[in-house]
Amino acid sequence: MSDSTNTIETFANQEYKWGFVTDIEADAIPRGLSEDVVRLISAKKNEPEWLLEWRLKAYRHWLTLKEPTWANIHYPKIDYQNIIYYSSPKAKGDGPKSLDDVDPELLKTYAKLGIPLQEQAILAGVAVDAVFDSVSVATTFKAKLHEVGIIFGSFSEAVKEHPELVRQYLGSVVPISDNFFAALNSAVFSDGSFCYIPKGVKCPMELSTYFRINAKDTGQFERTLIVADEGATVSYLEGCTAPMRDTNQLHAAVVELVALDNAQIKYSTVQNWYPGDKDGKGGIYNFVTKRGACRGVNSKISWTQVETGSAITWKYPSCLLIGDNSVGEFYSVALTNNWQQADTGTKMIHIGKNTTSTIVSKGISAGHGQNTYRGGVKILKSATGARNYSQCDSLLLGDKCGAHTFPYLEVRNTSAQVEHEASTSKIGEDQIFYCRQRGISSEDAVSMIVHGFCKEVFRELPMEFAVEAQKLLGVSLEGSVG
Amino acid sequence: MALLEIKDLHAKVGDREILKGINLTVNAGEVHAIMGPNGSGKSTLAQVLAGRELYVVTGGSVTYLGKDLLEMSPEDRAREGIFLAFQYPVEIPGVSNMYFLKAALNTIRKHHGIDELDAMDFLNLVRDKMQIMKMDQTLLNRPVNTGFSGGEKKRNEIFQMAVLEPKLAVLDETDSGLDIDALRVVSGGVNAMRSPERAMIVVTHYQRLLNEIVPDFVHVLAEGRIVKSGGKELALELEAEGYEALGAYDEPEAVGRV
Ligand SMILES: Nc1ncnc2c1ncn2[C@@H]1O[C@H](COP(=O)(O)OP(=O)(O)OP(=O)(O)O)[C@@H](O)[C@H]1O
Ligand SMILES: [Mg+2]
Repeated sequence: MSDSTNTIETFANQEYKWGFVTDIEADAIPRGLSEDVVRLISAKKNEPEWLLEWRLKAYRHWLTLKEPTWANIHYPKIDYQNIIYYSSPKAKGDGPKSLDDVDPELLKTYAKLGIPLQEQAILAGVAVDAVFDSVSVATTFKAKLHEVGIIFGSFSEAVKEHPELVRQYLGSVVPISDNFFAALNSAVFSDGSFCYIPKGVKCPMELSTYFRINAKDTGQFERTLIVADEGATVSYLEGCTAPMRDTNQLHAAVVELVALDNAQIKYSTVQNWYPGDKDGKGGIYNFVTKRGACRGVNSKISWTQVETGSAITWKYPSCLLIGDNSVGEFYSVALTNNWQQADTGTKMIHIGKNTTSTIVSKGISAGHGQNTYRGGVKILKSATGARNYSQCDSLLLGDKCGAHTFPYLEVRNTSAQVEHEASTSKIGEDQIFYCRQRGISSEDAVSMIVHGFCKEVFRELPMEFAVEAQKLLGVSLEGSVG
Repeated sequence: MALLEIKDLHAKVGDREILKGINLTVNAGEVHAIMGPNGSGKSTLAQVLAGRELYVVTGGSVTYLGKDLLEMSPEDRAREGIFLAFQYPVEIPGVSNMYFLKAALNTIRKHHGIDELDAMDFLNLVRDKMQIMKMDQTLLNRPVNTGFSGGEKKRNEIFQMAVLEPKLAVLDETDSGLDIDALRVVSGGVNAMRSPERAMIVVTHYQRLLNEIVPDFVHVLAEGRIVKSGGKELALELEAEGYEALGAYDEPEAVGRV
């Protein structure tokens, strides 16, 4: 086999660098799921009665649901009774009051991941909420944000300190009955981030949550809720990693965004859960429900995702464009290498007048990876003057991988303008050779072509993270170069 | 020492032998033209020199600057000064021509221990070369060869050569697809690069190119061998008489056709 062909085929086998395990004592509950487990989780978190009731309602509904099978992903049946639904690093006393109380092992873990939690060492201008297994272990820059009235911290804390806000918005975008995984999450979610930007406030720094799964056989079910009040603006970034383990772990998160009049939320994800090894053993099953509601006029929600990890990704960050003139955006790079499978895309529901949405999806498949774009654009009768532009491109590296595209379109208002473009291309041996003939190595040639392919999406990421994402993509594809 | 010395070179693609014993010596400062019928192996020779793995060398040797060329990777050959202007330049969507060329130039410079050029210096360098090639600025900002017309692609190849300043340039049918004015401009660009340190192998079917780029030697390649070599007048004879009259076909199957 020629060197160039080799390059393309193996362009994917770099070691996962975030796969270490933190040795820390955990407080975990027994395996399995029942009403008692739901009660136990709620009790561990000292939750108010209304939240327990909400969870139980979700659990009872979940029991009536069947795991969805419509996605283009294949995996052995998940045994929901064999999962540990709650695990937290054992806290000294009542849990950390400040960073000084955080277990040094945890600080070390995040430092190793490149997320220093000591504030002086932090990337200037980024506040981080660190979630470790089932709980939030630290939030930085809280005080500074508090000065402008921004609430940012763990979900559990928000339940205690701002119950009225949580109660008002929780489940208002993704109801408990939404889908199988959302219902499951609603029943057992353990922690996550909560963020509220008050009227007219432009958040002075990037907010970010870093999710880390550490414990074995544990599911991670976090919940993020972001509310931007009238005229508020926020940019939020989510990152995630997990140890390398040869069993699969379930991650079923829910993210809800609410933008009121003239508010803007930019939500960026760099998803780097452990993808499994090169033979497809292990890796995270990532079943995530993300949805934003543009409730107010002129509001805007923008999703940007770079999905390089997970054995399976099932994820459709969507926008409900309710307010007139509201704007929804979805920019995505999804990479599947080795035996990874991704079925991802978005849904844009146009309800208000003159609502616009933009979808740019870039799927990259290498190895035996299977990459599916599934996108829905729905223009309701009320959405006069709605516009959508969708572009979805696939790039194949080698000939054992696959790219699939399922665009769904439903237009009930004749004034709507909808445009869809799609392309599939392959990095060819001739392209690699052309680059090499000009002195550029195969490795650089492939990453040059891949970056060129993703450029429109990377442009949407906050600066620091665009650089990170490019590196990550390089790493996720590296090693295929002979 | 010769710049390039090819001895009894054999190469195949798949099971099929295409080069059947090529001998050719090229010294610095020389321009060699290679002509020959379609399918005779001209592009194969060019690709073998550039190191394309698709073509498997089955015998013979190639020495470049005293080194075993066949041992070197394609990128190392390029970094050591071998440039191939492709008969069919490849499109690379998403990667700007400018970015591509800068990456190429900088890897070559790095290879020779020279400082990499920053964007400003690169632009200045490129501006000069663009003028010589009468290249449209917009082509620089477009993705490599993507959607270029046939002539624009060929012009872009020579423009790249002008920027990369190779020691040995192999131009594979650079004239095909060029209109008369473009042919003159491209030839002018090539001639501007002729120097005592640089050699060129020019593959072509047409005398009109050799009127512009006057070769020192002309070789006729047929059925995988060089069957005739001479000075620039050989090309004129070929044009007048055709390959067959020159005995270019001496393979049994060719003879059998008569
Ligand atoms: N990749 C390949 N697979 C199969 N056959 C090939 C391949 N490349 C070249 N050949 C064959 O080798 C022979 C020589 O091809 P080559 O391209 O070297 O000819 P050429 O002299 O450059 O012709 P032209 O003047 O038409 O450009 C042809 O018969 C061609 O079909
Ligand atoms: Mg040819």
